[in-house]
Amino acid sequence: MPRVVFLEADGRRREVDAPAGISLMEAAKQHGIIGIVARCGGACACASCHVYVDPVWFARLAPPEEMEQGMLESAWEPRATSRLGCQITLAAALDGLTVSVPRAQA
Amino acid sequence: MESAISTILIVGAGQAGSQAVDTLRRQGFGGRLVLIGDEAELPYQRPPLSKKYLSGELAQDRLLLRHRAFYEEHRTELLLGSRAIRLDRGTRSVTLANAAQLSYDRLLLCLGAHSRRLTCPGHELAGVHYLRDLADAAALRAALTPSARVVIIGGGYIGLETAATCRKQGCTVTVLEMADRVMNRVVAPDVSAYFAEDHRAQGVEIVCGTRVVGIEREQGTAGHGASHLSVACAHGVAYPADIVVVGVGAIATTDLAQHAGLACDNGITVDEHCRTSDPAIFAAGDCTNQYSPHYGRRMRLESVDNAFEQGKTAAQNLLGESHVHDRIPWFWSDQFENKLLIVGIAQGADEVVLRGDPASRSFSVCYLKDRELLAVEAINHSKDYMAGRKLIAERARLNPNKVRDPQVALKDAV
Repeated sequence: MPRVVFLEADGRRREVDAPAGISLMEAAKQHGIIGIVARCGGACACASCHVYVDPVWFARLAPPEEMEQGMLESAWEPRATSRLGCQITLAAALDGLTVSVPRAQA
Repeated sequence: MESAISTILIVGAGQAGSQAVDTLRRQGFGGRLVLIGDEAELPYQRPPLSKKYLSGELAQDRLLLRHRAFYEEHRTELLLGSRAIRLDRGTRSVTLANAAQLSYDRLLLCLGAHSRRLTCPGHELAGVHYLRDLADAAALRAALTPSARVVIIGGGYIGLETAATCRKQGCTVTVLEMADRVMNRVVAPDVSAYFAEDHRAQGVEIVCGTRVVGIEREQGTAGHGASHLSVACAHGVAYPADIVVVGVGAIATTDLAQHAGLACDNGITVDEHCRTSDPAIFAAGDCTNQYSPHYGRRMRLESVDNAFEQGKTAAQNLLGESHVHDRIPWFWSDQFENKLLIVGIAQGADEVVLRGDPASRSFSVCYLKDRELLAVEAINHSKDYMAGRKLIAERARLNPNKVRDPQVALKDAV
């Protein structure tokens, strides 16, 4: 079971174990991570599961598709390492994946 | 005032009710909190019911908005499978179908909406499905086989999403729509044409401008095996079907409120604070008809974001605060490989501008009134949708000639 590290906007560190196959967003919702809102439930339609991925991990993820890229451009304070949590599927290779949550979503 | 609130009842365990539990506890409410729902399931997401749940890609447990432990941690009494049948505002109590009576200091009504039903002859036959709740979706999912002939009555969001899902399963699919184009109430003609063409290219038969006059069950013959349904239309054609799915709209559920004398008009009437006509009662979600400060009029919305946000606003205000719900509504639909994203309300526009070429499979339609952007319909174009969200909220005035040019980013089309 991959472990995901969430850094909440207030600095709190949360480590959660989540089954492979679900999305980063779903793992966050299951564990009540503050700031992962995910209004649309994972349809890539709201950008409220926006996270900043640790740069080391960012490079290991499959790159975002055009729809996600377009959402991110207008998400809250996007950075080069921004991703939507609903578009990242957890897998054994992502054990240790570390992301931080933008302040605006908290 | 706040110290007088010891019990809060929430009637309706959908997205709005579940959000209200979260917000109430987060705001520090320490009293008794009861969530009453007529379905047996924990609050779940409805949008996937016509999409990834129906196709089997998403298991039931992945639909849950929050797990059971959440409600325990938030000290919430869950009364699921319980229908509230009477509201007595005089004694501030709600009676359940099992005759149990619960008193409240504050009540939140999140009653949702229900499917508009067919009334033509044969509407009650076995094999005629609706798609509103999990039980509906589970029944339809169980009935779908790749060889099934599916006739869908209604070419709106539900009808077309269901058509796409069924077609992807291999079913033979026909959509019957009364208006002259699909999704006529929610999108521009260019967008309707694009989706109709895409469905047809995928093998879905779409018939517009016709009315269903009756459904019959025909007995199987020696050569054709089992019996099937036959959906007769006003233009004289009857469509054979193993499964009929009806998606002809939803009606706000207001019985409980109406019988208690709360003001209702196409939904429970609430102000921008989610207050009903009774100061002890608030309402949120699809059941409400709410005043929108941005658009300056009342509107009843069927939208996930609206349910969440009203649930949150109502919960805050139940505790004596005075937050205003004034979100720009947004909606989405997934059909085959297309994602339709809509933000804003187009009604009242005096100019409709097509951006980009539908043949490119990525374009948008912008609605302006005196150059103010009212709404955007974006097809496989998340940039215009996201830009639209900001511009609409800011009441941005745009230059229609620049809007028409897809080379100019929408946010720069001022």
